[in-house]
Amino acid sequence: MTRATVNKIISFSSVDGPGNRTAIFLQGCGFDCRYCHNPETIHTCIHCGECAAWCRPGALTFADGRMRWDSAKCVFCDECFHHCPHGASARTRNLTAEEVMQSVRRNVPFIRGITVSGGECTRWRDFLLELLTLARAEGLHTLLDSNGSYDFAADPELTAVTDGVMLDVKAWDAREHLRVTGCDNAQVLANLRWLALHGRLPEVRTVIVPELFDCAQTVREVSRVLAECGCLDTRYKIIRYRPLGVRETYRAMEPPSEAYLQEMAAIAAGYGLRDAVIV
Amino acid sequence: MKRILTPELIEEKRREIYDTLVDPTTTHEQKVTYLARHAENFMTVLDEPEELDELMRCDIDTRCICNLFEGDAPYRPRYICIDFEKFLREGSAFLQLGPARDFSEALTNLMIMYHNIPSITNYPVFIGDLDELLGPYIENEDDETVKKALRLWLTTIDRTILDSFCHADIGPKESRLGYLLMEVESELENAVPNLTMRVSDETPDEFILAGIRCALHSAKPSFANDRMFREELGDNYCIASCYNGLLKGGGSYTLSRLILSNIAKRAKDIGDFKTNVLPHMCDVMARYMDERIRFLVEESGWFTSSFLATEGFVQREKFTAMFGLVGLAECVNLLLEKEGCHERFGHSERANRLGVEIMDIIQQFNENHCNPYCEATDHHFLLHAQVGIESDHDCSPGTRIPIGEEPDELVDHLKCISLFHKYFPSGTGDIFPVDLTVHKNPQYVLDIIRGSLGVDIRYLSFYASDSDVIRVTGYLVKRSEMEKLDAGQNVRQNTTGLGLGAAKNCKILDRRVR
Ligand code: SF4
Ligand code: SF4
Repeated sequence: MTRATVNKIISFSSVDGPGNRTAIFLQGCGFDCRYCHNPETIHTCIHCGECAAWCRPGALTFADGRMRWDSAKCVFCDECFHHCPHGASARTRNLTAEEVMQSVRRNVPFIRGITVSGGECTRWRDFLLELLTLARAEGLHTLLDSNGSYDFAADPELTAVTDGVMLDVKAWDAREHLRVTGCDNAQVLANLRWLALHGRLPEVRTVIVPELFDCAQTVREVSRVLAECGCLDTRYKIIRYRPLGVRETYRAMEPPSEAYLQEMAAIAAGYGLRDAVIV
Repeated sequence: MKRILTPELIEEKRREIYDTLVDPTTTHEQKVTYLARHAENFMTVLDEPEELDELMRCDIDTRCICNLFEGDAPYRPRYICIDFEKFLREGSAFLQLGPARDFSEALTNLMIMYHNIPSITNYPVFIGDLDELLGPYIENEDDETVKKALRLWLTTIDRTILDSFCHADIGPKESRLGYLLMEVESELENAVPNLTMRVSDETPDEFILAGIRCALHSAKPSFANDRMFREELGDNYCIASCYNGLLKGGGSYTLSRLILSNIAKRAKDIGDFKTNVLPHMCDVMARYMDERIRFLVEESGWFTSSFLATEGFVQREKFTAMFGLVGLAECVNLLLEKEGCHERFGHSERANRLGVEIMDIIQQFNENHCNPYCEATDHHFLLHAQVGIESDHDCSPGTRIPIGEEPDELVDHLKCISLFHKYFPSGTGDIFPVDLTVHKNPQYVLDIIRGSLGVDIRYLSFYASDSDVIRVTGYLVKRSEMEKLDAGQNVRQNTTGLGLGAAKNCKILDRRVR
């Protein structure tokens, strides 16, 4: 079985899709969003060993060029990744899909499904296929949380076991997207339409940072696509940017005002979206 | 043995009466109730077990048995659950009321009846399956008319039934009345009445979701596992007072409780507790309850004189009694400590297993003990996980995990709960404050409720962590009213005082938010 680097598993989550779900966070992301709230999930640990010194309870040890994390000793103080110079975390486990399923099974019958998030979960494509297949077989609903960089249309095997993708649309304009994330967005926008047309788009999210990109344009265009594809019940989460957890260099950006957020929600509602929510 | 009132005891009682008379935080009605109880406690009519005095009328830290403010001469059942269907259908000669012919007559007749139902607090603890009772009367009324009438009616209940142990039920079938009632309740945010939605596989998601949305505003309804209650009590059950499963047209004669946390203090070790101390306490309490029931049924005359009984709104044969307990968590922890083990209830297999073994002993005792007047429940009492009273300390309600020690993960909390809910047909429950994000995803709570139905979790309550109406242990209070009382003003509902005590002694404001 394929292994993936698992950053954490939240047994009951009320914010990772409809109902109660177990959320699995995988390590590593190809985007580098300025406002990322979990910057420690962006890069993969290169086992430089530096963070071990910051771990007071001795949960992290460095031997033979490799980091080891002992979950029993960890007090989840977050010191380790705050001091990682590489935007990574060593507080992770390499697990097979079956091992992850063992954690998921503990939460049945209280959950309706799982959500695999990140980082960017699609970087672990083979692992995902195995995990979602297992979850499906046990009657669980399967969602992915994705930045949209993966070509879902070209992977029918994976989409066959995926009930839906919750898609981030960071910015509509390609140059702005590049500024926000360091990457192009052609694939993201293609996914938006493809997932919408194939009934696999339960949720879209946009983080609102007025000084970083044209938020009104993004909300408008996303709403237009959803309306064109008949996805009026897709939830559109309009997310208030909060500096908490964001890297120091980017923390100075202003959070949007309540009035501005309301304006964004009104744009979405103007296209007939029935489930645009501010969070 | 009948008690003897020594001159010292009489003097002490007179002092208590004086304290009640001059208490600035008690309303007139509350004083009248407390004075009646003081009067009752001058009586020595019960032939009590000899061992009782030392176990019950002693310091709070050593008390092993508690009668929960029931007086010493029971003259009415503790909890009365009227057959309201019969009342609306037939009227009452005593109340000079005919059958209710329309919606407003039904509401008025019910209100009149409520004010004629006694209980331990003098207020009704069960006010009916409102959906079934009122449903037939609203067929020709439009939504706005029904809501306006309910708003006034519920406000009257909240302002005149001054005690949150008053309980209404809806479900498991969805109903128009149920939806409208919940809509009105979430607007009103009143503490009274308490409300339960019975949930089964038949209950549609939409109805449960309406209940969850209402609960996020007003901390009610709570959700009861209809299948479990039906299997144990039959189709004719209701949920009264905090969360007590009882029979309609019946009720509970009495409720006493074992204070397990203090009982454990008297045991040398686990073996001594299981074989000597606990069985002895069960025996004393059961004999005490038998005697209370005997007096109530054979001497008090209630069942032969109250119009509720003579007109058939209750039948003596549908009454049972509740064998209560509190402090299982602290009991387990203390017993383990006595054996040098520091594992904690709710966190370790060994501790939870000991909890289950203790419950098995109590259940076994109850199955072997018979009372002639509990025909309704095969001559046995029903076990009850009592919610605690404000003076309890170091003693958690029923089998609950102590506040502040809840497992990090809600799933572990639920798994612990599922070990214990099955023992308590006459009620148990757990309470979860939920985070605000749930307002946007009430299906989160729905999934937890649905999951619970299949794993023998009996009764769950939720409230939003920022809500004014909060659930104390089984009943509801308003945070704003507690603040008033704390500042020395008197407040309408007597349960506010209990809530304030619980906030201070039992840390109810510190529950882990989910
Ligand atoms: S988490 Fe960062 S600091 Fe720690 S070993 Fe990995 S790369 Fe180095
Ligand atoms: S969070 Fe990191 S630094 Fe803190 S105890 Fe855990 S491994 Fe160590």
